[in-house]
Amino acid sequence: MVVATRVISYREALNEAIRLEMRRDPTVVIMGEDIAGGAGIGHVENVGAWGGVLGVTKSLVSEFGRQRVLDTPISEAGFIGAAVGAAVTGLRPIAELMFVDFFGVCMDQIFNQGAKLRYMFGGKAKVPLVIRTMIGAGFGAAGQHSGCHYAVFTHMPGLKTVAPATPYDAKGLLIAAIRDDDPVIFFEHKLLYDTTGEVPEGEYVIPLGKADVKREGSDVTVVAIARMVHVALEAAARLAGEGIDVEVIDLRTLSPLDEEAILESLAKTRRLVVVDEDNPRCSVAADIAALAVDKGFDYLDAPVKMVTAPHTPVPFSPSMEQFYIPSPQRVIDAIREVV
Amino acid sequence: MDIPKGKLRWIYERMVTIRRFEDRVAQEFAAGKLPGFVHLYAGEEAIAVGVCAHLTDRDYITSTHRGHGHCIAKGVDVRSMMAELFGRSTGACKGKGGSMHIADVDKGMLGANGIVGGGPPLACGAGLMAKVKGTDQVAACFFGDGAAEQGTTHEAMNLAAIWKLPVVFVCENNLYAESTPWTYHCAASDIASRAAAYDMPGVLVDGADVFAVYEAAGEAIARARRGEGPSLLECRGFRYYGHFQGDAVTYRTKEEEEEYRRRDPIERFRQTVLSQGLLTEDELNAIDEAVAREIDDAVRYAESSPMPSPEECLTDVYVDYPAAQLAFRH
Ligand SMILES: Cc1ncc(C[n+]2csc(CCOP(=O)(O)OP(=O)(O)O)c2C)c(N)n1
Ligand SMILES: [Mg+2]
Repeated sequence: MVVATRVISYREALNEAIRLEMRRDPTVVIMGEDIAGGAGIGHVENVGAWGGVLGVTKSLVSEFGRQRVLDTPISEAGFIGAAVGAAVTGLRPIAELMFVDFFGVCMDQIFNQGAKLRYMFGGKAKVPLVIRTMIGAGFGAAGQHSGCHYAVFTHMPGLKTVAPATPYDAKGLLIAAIRDDDPVIFFEHKLLYDTTGEVPEGEYVIPLGKADVKREGSDVTVVAIARMVHVALEAAARLAGEGIDVEVIDLRTLSPLDEEAILESLAKTRRLVVVDEDNPRCSVAADIAALAVDKGFDYLDAPVKMVTAPHTPVPFSPSMEQFYIPSPQRVIDAIREVV
Repeated sequence: MDIPKGKLRWIYERMVTIRRFEDRVAQEFAAGKLPGFVHLYAGEEAIAVGVCAHLTDRDYITSTHRGHGHCIAKGVDVRSMMAELFGRSTGACKGKGGSMHIADVDKGMLGANGIVGGGPPLACGAGLMAKVKGTDQVAACFFGDGAAEQGTTHEAMNLAAIWKLPVVFVCENNLYAESTPWTYHCAASDIASRAAAYDMPGVLVDGADVFAVYEAAGEAIARARRGEGPSLLECRGFRYYGHFQGDAVTYRTKEEEEEYRRRDPIERFRQTVLSQGLLTEDELNAIDEAVAREIDDAVRYAESSPMPSPEECLTDVYVDYPAAQLAFRH
């Protein structure tokens, strides 16, 4: 079968995933602050004013109406908890937590309610909920709007966590997340919204829990997450000129983790560098390093290296922010240490 | 109302400083000189200034993402503010905070805040400190109409009431939270009346009339200083710019914007003091000129200040911590 594709942005791919799922399934609703915008204002009531702070949910209200595209007050504990309750009782809500840094405001509803209900109820409940949220530094947005924090959610039993790096993955993974019967936290890197790539027109699913080899190589495995996949690919391209052949694995889903893909690659390259924009302590990077030394110890010919942010909040000034974010150069340096 | 002449001059000078500062920030931002994003306070000057007119450096305020006006009203140095917005090492927060976290604890300014509803509990903490230590300090908590819907705001008002804390909650109802009108996000017909739920006085004030804000805030702050507990003021106002710079503001109409600009707080102040002979045109114009010079100077200072060194990223995380563990693992 020939599938029509065209080049669209990560932002458009996400919009399309939501649109297609809302068409397919009337129980899918979305809610969040200004996801349509202009609620109750005559001239924008039917078309929305914002479509989300960075435009991901633009024009969904025009097609689905305010009954299914709900602007919320700034009450994250309230509406994210309502999304959990609606999920348990028969809707498939997509709630938007504008910036992941705001999780503190509503964590009880995510962690003690959404994540644990099924278990505590002895398997009798399902929580088919997606929380979409923005991550990442590089915007000059400082300490409360720039974190990644996916490690916090990946740590928690009951939650699945997804962080796409390309428009193609963004669409297929978001569709999978919406159809999934468990609560999924879906992390969108704000610096990726304008990136573009080939995306099929119709619906397709990328299964949760499957990593993707974004570049094949034989000398070293670099495991990366979200925007760091592109940083790793740039490092790989620069090292190719020197005859160092880098394999880049895009994790795509953080929980469940595709252990097999990582171990398989390690068996081939025998070296591992993990690139993660999150803080280093108790991080996904540390988790993968632990996997390598636990289940992949016999493959390893060199120490495992982590390239991460420092153990600090995200600074405002660009000079410091660029220092904070892992760079291709730092990935290259780490690779040089192990090959 | 009897406001001493020196205070009147101070009120005008602070309001104009805020306006000129914000207009200039809009320009510098449009020129691409400021990293990140900025939320401007122009149009709402009377609220911050009318409240802070009753506070000293020993009193505290908490603020919002739209915090430049609160800083200026509380006396934070304008040069250090501008340098912060430019991300320079001479900034109020050494370039670590930027617009949304601009702060000066020495001036009792506990920070702009990137978290909507982040401030009210902190204000309770400052009030608690004053109560425990037995001082007459107060804390004023600025928050938006949007923040009025955040659980922390309600919890803080209840806490302040049961503990009789010297806190004044100042809701800046500028009619919108981002693109969402307050008539949508708020179930009540006004925010001031929510005070009844916490058994504290609640007053609805014209937030574009600095005399009205001054009077209402004066009573609330005096009550707090006397140890009689918190109050809630709802100041209705209007932000002239978009939610942030770059917002196309499709949700407001031209007519609405023009209507509010006709009630401009600075113009109204001028008219009142001139018509009542409290200050002269020359006095006001001299203040305008001094402020214009101060803002020019602040921009020059900011632009000629150095960027922080990249490694500065690793400082100020803790008071005491092994430095090697702050740096990168690799
Ligand atoms: C906890 C949290 N939720 C959402 C946001 C995003 N946000 C920033 S400002 C804002 C609107 C605030 O409205 P309001 O309190 O009325 O203040 P105004 O901008 O009108 O001054 C929103 C939703 C945030 N910063 N923090
Ligand atoms: Mg508002």
